[in-house]
Amino acid sequence: MRLLIIEDDREAGNYLVKAFREQGHLAELAADGLAGYALARESQYDVLIVDRMLPKLDGLSLIAGLREQKIDTPVLILSALGQVDDRVKGLRAGGDDYLAKPYAFSELLARVEALARRRSGPRGEDTVYRVGDLQLDRLTREVKIGGEEVVLQPREFRLLEYLMKNAGQVVTRTMLLENVWDYHFDPQTNVIDVHISRLRSKIDKGRATPLLHTIRGAGYMIRENGR
Amino acid sequence: MKTVGKLFRTTAFKLSLAYFVLFSVGAWVVLASVGQRVEQVLDEETAQTINAEIARLTELYGEGGLRQLVTSIERRARAPGGSIFLVTTYAGEYIAGNIIASPMIGAEEGALDETIYRRRGEAADIHHHALAKLVILPGEFRLLVGHDIEDHRVLRRILRQGLGASLFWLALVGTLGGLFVANRMLERVDAMSASARRIMAGDLDQRLETTGAGDELDRLAENLNAMLARIGELMTGLSEVSDNIAHDLKTPLTRLRNRAEEAARANSGPEETSAALSAIIAESDALIRVFDALLTIARAEAGYSSDNLNEVDAGKIAADIAELYEPVAEQQGALLRSELEEGLMVRGNRELLGRMLANLVDNALKYGVGGDKPSILVSARRVGGSIEICVADRGPGVPLQDRERVIDRFVRLENSRSRPGSGLGLSLAAAVARLHHGSLRLEDNAPGLRVVVSLPSAGSSRG
Repeated sequence: MRLLIIEDDREAGNYLVKAFREQGHLAELAADGLAGYALARESQYDVLIVDRMLPKLDGLSLIAGLREQKIDTPVLILSALGQVDDRVKGLRAGGDDYLAKPYAFSELLARVEALARRRSGPRGEDTVYRVGDLQLDRLTREVKIGGEEVVLQPREFRLLEYLMKNAGQVVTRTMLLENVWDYHFDPQTNVIDVHISRLRSKIDKGRATPLLHTIRGAGYMIRENGR
Repeated sequence: MKTVGKLFRTTAFKLSLAYFVLFSVGAWVVLASVGQRVEQVLDEETAQTINAEIARLTELYGEGGLRQLVTSIERRARAPGGSIFLVTTYAGEYIAGNIIASPMIGAEEGALDETIYRRRGEAADIHHHALAKLVILPGEFRLLVGHDIEDHRVLRRILRQGLGASLFWLALVGTLGGLFVANRMLERVDAMSASARRIMAGDLDQRLETTGAGDELDRLAENLNAMLARIGELMTGLSEVSDNIAHDLKTPLTRLRNRAEEAARANSGPEETSAALSAIIAESDALIRVFDALLTIARAEAGYSSDNLNEVDAGKIAADIAELYEPVAEQQGALLRSELEEGLMVRGNRELLGRMLANLVDNALKYGVGGDKPSILVSARRVGGSIEICVADRGPGVPLQDRERVIDRFVRLENSRSRPGSGLGLSLAAAVARLHHGSLRLEDNAPGLRVVVSLPSAGSSRG
């Protein structure tokens, strides 16, 4: 994955570059809005990580400028402004995701990977998701394990749908709350964990190696055994 | 001198001046037109008299000749009044009459006109004004009949004097009155300015004076006072918050620092270091949450722009949150139920309302699930023009005397101090309720606590 990080704080920028490289991604850094804008126009990136407050050209104008130039590289906005209306403004300007500072790197990584995948993978278009013997039909809303139907509550279905859409990738608790419940606050207690464990009891019951994994310090991942 | 200058510059004085000019012009127009009209009426009357006399005298002359005319004129001349008569030869030599000369006598016969004349026995330089008419009688005699108009001139003078006097009084009363009114206004405005300066200097308890007259200045002062009261409240809130922040953020910061020292200690093993670092991350996450909550409260209290508010279904949001928390409640051995009416539309921000309800349910799960049959009820219903969303538990409740206080930021009752939480949940919920022009109150659920959020209904659905 090739990333462009547009962040004026040297230390934070270098930390991100290093952390993404450790994860095996290519990351470049631009220290101000104009430099970032030029790079984003010239080269192909999978995801842009844009700080909202940048010298020379602020983040939102930068994104709006790129969108005007028909450059639709997914953009994740990083901002110290984490209030509801700031988020709305960021997404309105053309951002694809919004993460308030300070954040956990695992959260940023999971979101950036989800954005990159959204672009490359046709996964969103599939009508049937499959992970191992687990099968989810988005049209008939049926879930089957090895051909046998499993009854899920509507919310459990959406939870599983989102996990399977991102199969093999980490999804964080806030990503689940955002995409399954459409709320953007930080679920302070373990609400999501309990929903996951309910779902797990339905799809991983009696399985030697489960499909639904807890990724410590990050979130959850659904994946086929041994992959 | 400076204050006098200030007085002349006041709006009240300028207004008085404008009124004075206006009234002066008015008085002048009225008196001038009255005078002109009176003069006109008098002139017409005089003209009639003169024409009648001329007709009569011409007739007498026709009947009895010059002799008759002279006798008649001499008789008339003796009568008191302003009438003047003069009969001369064609050359202008005096024959009879009560005046001896007038320039009109030598002129052509003509219409009634103003002229001057001299009375018999008066000095040559004295002359009087008269309205007169000259006729030339058959036999080449000149007859001049007129009427003294000295009284017209007197009338005109009286009117002019009257106008002058009234203008003088108008000016005097207007100026003094204007100054008086201006002074009163100036005093009140000066008093208000002085109060404002004292307030600016830092005495925020100072208020503007009101006279109780209920006039526009009083209303202005009342509104400014209300504004000051609101500012005062905010200031007090702010200083309380900074005290609380100092206290409640320094404690976790101290813990954070201790953990960091622990991790940095040279003789600790890799496992200990790793555990300490994890604790540091957890501690800083908790701090971030507190900051977030504080910022949300501050933003909610400053008021969101209305384009972030739209019509949302409060019942639907309550259902979402109840559904979100139901498994956690079950895990804790509590029953979470919901009783929700449909179509409870409010003008609001779904995200903030959801966060508010999540806080309330979270609180109920933290503090309200003691006892043997713990249950939480989330309900939403229409009460008159409002939508009431309640989160009720069967826990120990909140004592009456603490119900107001517990909504304040960072206030945590003694028995909750030991549990996790920032003490901001209820403050945040209350701030969100206020942002939606609603309110939050705590009630006794007998037993337990019921938090009621009342929001104005958007009123578009189901009347």
